[in-house]
Amino acid sequence: MSALSDLRPGRAKAAEQGWFAAHKWLLARRLAQAGFLALFLTGPLAGFWIAKGTLAASLTLGVLPLTDPMMVLQALLTGHVMAVSGLVGAAIVLAAYAVLGGRTYCSWVCPINPVADLAAWARARLGLKEGAGLDRRLRYALLAGALVASAATGTIAWEFVNPVTMLHRGLVTGGLLGAGAAGSVALAVLLFDLGVANRGWCGHLCPVGAFYGLIGARSVVRISAVNRAACDNCMDCFAVCPERQVIAPALRGRDKGVGPVILSADCSNCGRCIDVCGKDVFRFSTRFANRPDPAEPAEGKPKIARAG
Amino acid sequence: MNRRGFLAGACGAGALALLLAPAASRRAEAVALRPPGAIADDTFLGACVRCGLCARDCPYDTLKLAPAGAGRPMGTPYFNARAVPCEMCEDIPCVLACPTGALDKGLTDINQARMGTAVLVGHETCLNYLGLRCDVCYRVCPLIDQAITLERHHNERTGKHAVFIPTVHTDKCTGCGKCEKACVLEESAIRVLPLALAVGELGAHYRLGWEEKRKAGKALIDDIIDLPDRMPDAPAPERLPGGGFKEFKP
Repeated sequence: MSALSDLRPGRAKAAEQGWFAAHKWLLARRLAQAGFLALFLTGPLAGFWIAKGTLAASLTLGVLPLTDPMMVLQALLTGHVMAVSGLVGAAIVLAAYAVLGGRTYCSWVCPINPVADLAAWARARLGLKEGAGLDRRLRYALLAGALVASAATGTIAWEFVNPVTMLHRGLVTGGLLGAGAAGSVALAVLLFDLGVANRGWCGHLCPVGAFYGLIGARSVVRISAVNRAACDNCMDCFAVCPERQVIAPALRGRDKGVGPVILSADCSNCGRCIDVCGKDVFRFSTRFANRPDPAEPAEGKPKIARAG
Repeated sequence: MNRRGFLAGACGAGALALLLAPAASRRAEAVALRPPGAIADDTFLGACVRCGLCARDCPYDTLKLAPAGAGRPMGTPYFNARAVPCEMCEDIPCVLACPTGALDKGLTDINQARMGTAVLVGHETCLNYLGLRCDVCYRVCPLIDQAITLERHHNERTGKHAVFIPTVHTDKCTGCGKCEKACVLEESAIRVLPLALAVGELGAHYRLGWEEKRKAGKALIDDIIDLPDRMPDAPAPERLPGGGFKEFKP
């Protein structure tokens, strides 16, 4: 058991710098996820309304409309003339994630994320392999399918199966039926990720994530492997990353003249790579800080030589 | 098949079943009514994002979000009139709350709402049909004497009394469901049904002769033989001494 535990990402960092240093972004995300949920729950539980509605569409403090842009797009494709507040809400969400990183939604807001993380954690503990070799581009196929289906059927098609809004609605509107619906949706994603493919739903299939990824394809807030020269190839970041294909170009791009900023639209800014890295290679940055740094010491050359 | 493959298959099938079950377990339930101002059924699901803002702003908790198998797609707003009818708020807060236009903001007068229409379905159980003066549905109707009137008919059973039949007029009924809620029977004899279920639809080619005649101000066909109309309260046509009737031209 101890040998297995030692292989888990972040153990080395936790041993050196303490548990908190190896989990601070994870904690921040869990607090954010709980916080966003709490904004919707103060009303029904305490009678003090902050956010009303669900992640599909909401009204915060009676003034701020927010609407899921993928749903608005599907509605427009059915030929429906969207009301103004729905369009304004979608524009605000689009603008926010175009700056913050589209898939920041996935890691910091979406209620499915803790379920998917639980499945990934359990997989790591059980030593399960990757599972079914799903292609990560399947999510774009599902997104295209949802949009075509909306236009063809005249309904917002993805809402018939969307686990994101089903879970959130179940949690927010509450009651036994709500809890039951939320539980079965969460269980479905858990079973799929656990039994079929590692990071199966969020990392391969979810078209909502794909859509947010496209929104934030040119987003400003990014994670950068600024200190990549210090990397000792322990692979912890690859092991913990839900979208591991995004790391290598930035982390190992120095010799190819590629900058250290992770520019892939798939990166969800979850910050777990920052957490687990014992050499503190990663940190939050912006896409504008992506210069292949000439100050970086060349491969193999000891730093002390440059300093002297 | 190895054990891992079997487990993966079982988990996949379980996940799929859990996701699809709510969509598949749709039961036809005519009593699931849409909120006031809901756009036509065939376009509603292209507009409603199932956010629940209408239900949140309903002051009487009339509106609910459909759970799995409630007869409407999960998460869409509906109400069951027998449980909690629509109180027909004058400011229509549910419509104001809708961010998408699935509830049409063009509806500003709640009396123009058409959530459905009441239909007296229980002709064999309605107390008024049986000859009593229950009248409850008529009394609770927010549009009394317009949406529901009491029509006096002969009581065929006793031969000497009257029955007062609650009669719904679909051009006035909003479908609020207060009649269905108030019906004193164990199962309501009057129910609000979606308009598409409740009222038939005449073929577009039909013309009502009497309406056309009234609009034209005269009969539309010339030289038609006009037989005397023997109305109940009209005097009998006068017999001529030689047989036949006065003013009768064959």
